[in-house]
Amino acid sequence: MEMKNTLMRSSDSGTGSGAGLSNLGGSPPLEKFFYDNKIVRDFGIASVSWGIISLLVGVLIAVQLFMPEANLGLPFTTFGRLRALHTNGAIFAFVGNLMFMGVYYSLQRLCKTRMYSDKLSRIHFWGWQLIIASAVLTLPFGFTTSKEYAELEWPIDIMIALIWVVFAINFFGTLLTRRTKHLYVAIWFYVATIVTVAVLHIVNSMEIPVSFLKSYSMYAGVQDALVQWWYGHNAVAFFLTTPFLGLMYYFLPKAANRPVFSYRLSIIHFWSLIFLYIWAGPHHLLYTALPDWAQSLGTTFSIMLIAPSWGGMINGLLTLRGAWDQVRTNPVLKFMVVSITCYGMATFEGPMHSLKFVNALSHYTDWIPAHVHIGTLGWNGFMSFAILYWLIPRIYNTKLHSTKLANLHFWIGTLGMVFWTVSMYISGIMQGLMLQDFTADGILKYGNFLETTTQVLPMYMLRALGGLLYLSGMVIMAYNLFKTVKSGVLIANEADEAPARTKDYSEEKHLTGYLRHRIIERKPMLLLVVAALTILIGGIVEFIPVFTIQSNIPTIASVKPYTPLELEGRNIYMREGCYNCHSQMIRPFRSETERYGEYSKAGEFVYDHPFLWGSKRTGPDLQRIGGKYPNAWHYRHMFNPRLTSPGSIMPNYKWLSTNDLDISDTRASITAMRRLGVPYPAGYEDRALEDLKQQAVAISDNLKKDNIKVADTKEIVALIAYLQRMGTDIKGNKTDNK
Amino acid sequence: MLILFMLIAISLIVALVFLVLFIINVRSGQYDDMYTPSVRILFDSHLNNSDDNGNEKHSNEIK
Ligand code: HEC
Repeated sequence: MEMKNTLMRSSDSGTGSGAGLSNLGGSPPLEKFFYDNKIVRDFGIASVSWGIISLLVGVLIAVQLFMPEANLGLPFTTFGRLRALHTNGAIFAFVGNLMFMGVYYSLQRLCKTRMYSDKLSRIHFWGWQLIIASAVLTLPFGFTTSKEYAELEWPIDIMIALIWVVFAINFFGTLLTRRTKHLYVAIWFYVATIVTVAVLHIVNSMEIPVSFLKSYSMYAGVQDALVQWWYGHNAVAFFLTTPFLGLMYYFLPKAANRPVFSYRLSIIHFWSLIFLYIWAGPHHLLYTALPDWAQSLGTTFSIMLIAPSWGGMINGLLTLRGAWDQVRTNPVLKFMVVSITCYGMATFEGPMHSLKFVNALSHYTDWIPAHVHIGTLGWNGFMSFAILYWLIPRIYNTKLHSTKLANLHFWIGTLGMVFWTVSMYISGIMQGLMLQDFTADGILKYGNFLETTTQVLPMYMLRALGGLLYLSGMVIMAYNLFKTVKSGVLIANEADEAPARTKDYSEEKHLTGYLRHRIIERKPMLLLVVAALTILIGGIVEFIPVFTIQSNIPTIASVKPYTPLELEGRNIYMREGCYNCHSQMIRPFRSETERYGEYSKAGEFVYDHPFLWGSKRTGPDLQRIGGKYPNAWHYRHMFNPRLTSPGSIMPNYKWLSTNDLDISDTRASITAMRRLGVPYPAGYEDRALEDLKQQAVAISDNLKKDNIKVADTKEIVALIAYLQRMGTDIKGNKTDNK
Repeated sequence: MLILFMLIAISLIVALVFLVLFIINVRSGQYDDMYTPSVRILFDSHLNNSDDNGNEKHSNEIK
């Protein structure tokens, strides 16, 4: 490695001495340099390993949805906690590492240079793995912010930001020292990813720490929901879509050995996509308490997105014109074709879900996971497999161990995906329709939510089977790649040569030759952009707290802050991930107000740091659960849901009645909430524990009347307090507009 | 709903940054040639690395 670096240097100095020649009209001298393949390989290994683990967790929680006992009765293996591990693992560990692998491979070759700094590459790699490891060590143990796809707690958020900056410096450094003039379209997709993900992550992770692994979102209620889905939607756009489009524009032409169908179209694809994507976030919040015009904005831009997305899909598929015979035999191209087709399906379906009348049915149902998995299993997963099969033999200077196994993987994977998505389409639409159904007399046909759950259980089984098939395919791939690697030798530093960049070259003579100067001299505009971004991020950090706290003015007078016990109960609700199965947002439809009660108002959530609206109703909405059942019912239900609701698929939460409530942070929580604008009176934190005790004793006494003996210090007491409080603040002032 | 306007402002700034980049791109002639770049990426020059006897031999090797 050292030797290679010296070689690079020496060729650099060769550039300098040749400066006179070029001014005489001679062509610039060829420079020899080496690509770093080791970093590419390492990200590849990380991607496959984490991918298998994440999907294994996915299969486990899929099984739990028809067989709750599959959580082994342990807190850290229950659905609510593991779901976040599955999503974070799939997105940031599997897809994330793969994206880095592809970027490091293609960027070096597109720029005809080695990565800017080997050291930064290493820091990026290990830092990212450390982030994922800390996710594994926190999420199952209930440390979560509860914001979907941003569940990691604040110290890890900071780590993510730092590592992302390392990646950005390494990336832009490479761009600035490149030997080519033109920036190939793939690079633009990477640029968009790096810039936007940084902004999204920082805005959405604004939180106030309570202790080392606990924080509250700086935003409350509707505002928090809005920020969260602005982030959530754009995470899909800029973490799962743009980088993979970049990869597609590089690896598809390489694999098919022909240029992209229309380079012009790819440029149009890029610029139109990034200008449209960022506005579509509100389509996650249709029919909620969000202002109407914002909902319409989201819908409009979502529909417009079809155009660039399909342009890209068509461009990808037409690249293979005249090469379809290859598709039949080459598994790399097979995976790519299915992947791009899935991209087209998902980007058609997304805009359809943004139409209000479709959304009314599809939101909260299994239709949404189906949509998402077309994207992740199909678009991201299959593109990843294609790239791995193409790239690993290359950097190991060998052939793929077995084409047969790769084909087997393709078919098993496709079959798995079909099982997964078709079963969820059926279950989503079926359950959605049942929940809306009224009898001729105008009463809900399926008044009990559970009646609809039991009907879709066979579909849940099919989904788990689909997941298992898909996972088996990945294991086959891992074996195949392992054998491939064994049969070759890693070309850790791959040699290439290219003419020095002429423009830099003539500038060189005015300068003492140091890279940094060259960059500054040459790229004033880029510096400007970097400066603008820095200012933007600084501005966000500074102004958002001020604005959000000011605008948290309660609009409904009867809405009061949570009591200390309720606040602790809410923490437990977050810790156990109840929001993964339960929503807290009743939409203004008759079918929902009949079933759950008065629809949700924006003003009810002003003290909710973070919001807990949820996005999926595997169980019923809980916004108006307060007062619906006696405490004893909740106690029994939480102990074992099948005691009160035979056939339920909700997990047992037996540990809540044995665990002591941790009140060491109650004081800090109250103080933090006050800093966020929740109007607890001054000095209340000193009395908080007294109040907490009093309320707990009352609940424990009440349970005693029903022959349930539980100490007032147990966690279940706090959770019951929270459940009984939920949605009760406005019960008195019912509005008439249904 | 202040946050709504904040988000719009942030999104606008991001969009503006990209707009500036786009204009710089067009001005600097990045998009004058809409064909060669797509072909150029297909060529990898292969030097005789002691352990690299040329990838060409294996292009489309997975058959
Ligand atoms: C795997 C998904 C799942 C998780 C996780 C889950 N639930 Fe449930 N929950 C259900 C289902 C399904 C029902 C409907 C059947 C029943 O009553 O058990 C339900 C019902 C309920 C009900 C009764 C609602 C009503 O109106 O009858 C309450 C209260 C409840 N859950 C609270 C919780 C709490 C608190 C947590 C977290 C500690 C939680 N649930 C976690 C699936 C889940």
